[in-house]
Amino acid sequence: MSSEFHQKAHETLANANLQLAIFTATGRLKDKRVEAVGPDQLPDYQELRTQANAVKQHAIDNLDHYLELFERNVAARGGRVVYCKDGTEVSDFILALAHERGAHLVVKSKSMTTEEVDLNERLEHHGLESVETDLGEYILQLAHQRPYHIVAPALHMTRYDVAEVFTRRLHVPNETVIEKQTALARSILREKFLAADIGISGANFLVADSGAVVIVENEGNARLTTSAPRVHIAVAGIEKVIPRAQDLATFLKLLARSATGQLLSVYTSFLSGPRRPGEIDGPDEFYVLLLDNGRTRLLPDKNKRQSLFCIRCGACLNTCPVYRRIGGHTFPWVYSGPIGAILTPQFMGVQQEPDLPFASSLCGACGEVCPVKIDIPKILLELRSDVKKAETRDKQNRLEKLSFRAFAWLMTHPRLYEMAGKLLRSVGVPSIQAGPLRAWTSQRDLPPLPDRSFREMWRRR
Amino acid sequence: MGQRVSLFVTCIVDQLFPKVGLAMADVLERLGFEIDFPESQTCCGQPAFNTGYRAEARTVARHFLDTFESSPFVVIPSGSCTAMIAHHFADLFHKEPETLARVHSLEKRVFEFSTFLTQVAGVEDVGARFDDIVTFHDGCHALRELGVKDAPRRLLARVRGLELRELSPAEECCGFGGTFAVKFSELSGAMVRTKVEAILRTGARTVVSLDSSCLMQIQGALSRAGSNVRTIHLAEVLASR
Repeated sequence: MSSEFHQKAHETLANANLQLAIFTATGRLKDKRVEAVGPDQLPDYQELRTQANAVKQHAIDNLDHYLELFERNVAARGGRVVYCKDGTEVSDFILALAHERGAHLVVKSKSMTTEEVDLNERLEHHGLESVETDLGEYILQLAHQRPYHIVAPALHMTRYDVAEVFTRRLHVPNETVIEKQTALARSILREKFLAADIGISGANFLVADSGAVVIVENEGNARLTTSAPRVHIAVAGIEKVIPRAQDLATFLKLLARSATGQLLSVYTSFLSGPRRPGEIDGPDEFYVLLLDNGRTRLLPDKNKRQSLFCIRCGACLNTCPVYRRIGGHTFPWVYSGPIGAILTPQFMGVQQEPDLPFASSLCGACGEVCPVKIDIPKILLELRSDVKKAETRDKQNRLEKLSFRAFAWLMTHPRLYEMAGKLLRSVGVPSIQAGPLRAWTSQRDLPPLPDRSFREMWRRR
Repeated sequence: MGQRVSLFVTCIVDQLFPKVGLAMADVLERLGFEIDFPESQTCCGQPAFNTGYRAEARTVARHFLDTFESSPFVVIPSGSCTAMIAHHFADLFHKEPETLARVHSLEKRVFEFSTFLTQVAGVEDVGARFDDIVTFHDGCHALRELGVKDAPRRLLARVRGLELRELSPAEECCGFGGTFAVKFSELSGAMVRTKVEAILRTGARTVVSLDSSCLMQIQGALSRAGSNVRTIHLAEVLASR
């Protein structure tokens, strides 16, 4: 991955239009969040974070209990919970069900969990048409791209980019007015909603005590996805379970504010079971697919398991000086930014993505804005240590390891440390134009070297 | 003589910015403290820790613990090194109860320079004069790990002849990040160039911070951009009169 990551980062940094698009969009979300959680708007913001963290900690520490409770309560309302180990099990279930019901068309609302397992590709590979109905996701599906951002998937695209995609894929005249683009997508998607046999959604929360799936959204497409077709399938990571409906009072206050600066998202849907007798809306069948896909691998480590607290608000991306420059597609998997930097190596294994935990200045801005208080910088540091322990013995790795061994030795031998410093100053740093020094001077100048170290000057004082 | 205070000048100040250490000693002496410089001091181990080499960091941290075992106060001209000692040493020794007890004892005795002045020495006016327009860069570890925000500003507010102009945005990283600056040099360079733009927008002639590492990054980029804005550690501002 190493060279690919650096290459993509370089391309993004060199693209002035893209830099402006990312910086502007994330800047807007960042500022709105700051306002929405400010002391005059949400005086108990820090207490809410502490509370949210405690609830998540409790839920993850007792995951088996709450998943079973959720499952029982879903069943009691006529729905069915299906446990899926990975993406294959998700698509196998959906394809089999579609086959039994004679389904040909799926509408989907936004879900990072389905992105994680490339659900659309899996379904379409078997001839089942699957259409994204969130506007941003729809644009990306047409453009054959994966989400750039957890919350704002097409954040990197301008309206001119969208016009180009629509013209190319939908064979419509070039249209750059945003309202008209939206109206066009809406008219196409409305037909899909009416014709769809199955609706697939994600889930923001799974409420154990009531067997409910909670979905927050702004466009209303999730509500249509989950109520218009005859079958509703929610796909959710197992970590999405929370104990009680009343916990939502905490999470809903934090989620929209952290994500977009809204007090609440436009729609908050509580879905529990299929349509009951006498109800006019809702599906005939209701399924919740609970996906592991590597999540249980995070449970043994008491500290790192807090990575599973994430409620996918995207606040850490918007505030991250690294994400804001290298963008979402530089990251190797669907989760980008600081949360991606800790989730990806843990889901995939640290050897798979060894550079990722190092792509951070450890500025701590991500941890500061996280509504559930995930200590992202601390996990990055632990993953760095895990990477070094698992590292292969190639030449570059060995050289670095040797350097740090030498560093530790020098730093425990003060006289030799002092001599080494003297030697460096007498040889002159600019004459050593290799490795780290060349990397330094590629971007900035070196400081002038003093004649003497502090300790030498101190002795002469 | 007054209360004894041990200086931990950090490896970067010792080797590259010795004047910062001297300035810190000057200010503390002026306030009546007795200064002690334990000669066996070297580094806090952060470079190894942040690069994932915990065993090596532990070795250096142990040396630090030995060096400052008997110091009633350790004052440090760096938010980042202070945070390493006060927050991360405990992570390194969580499996060694005896060493962990020594770490917890040390945590209470280490102070970032501006915090020591305002909290322990209880001063804001150190009698300094510095005729210049300056801006202040919050180092991320001082700001977010130690919660240092007001102390340096209160100290700067009492410096005669000094005008402080705040950066906007104020709390952005300079992009240094230790080995990050060389492992991801292009990205680090992009980050510091944004910082430089913010500095130039203030019209300040001098950038002040609590960390020589941030200042080295910022100075390097200012100089590369052809700017004559200079960087200076808070201790040097407070030592001047």
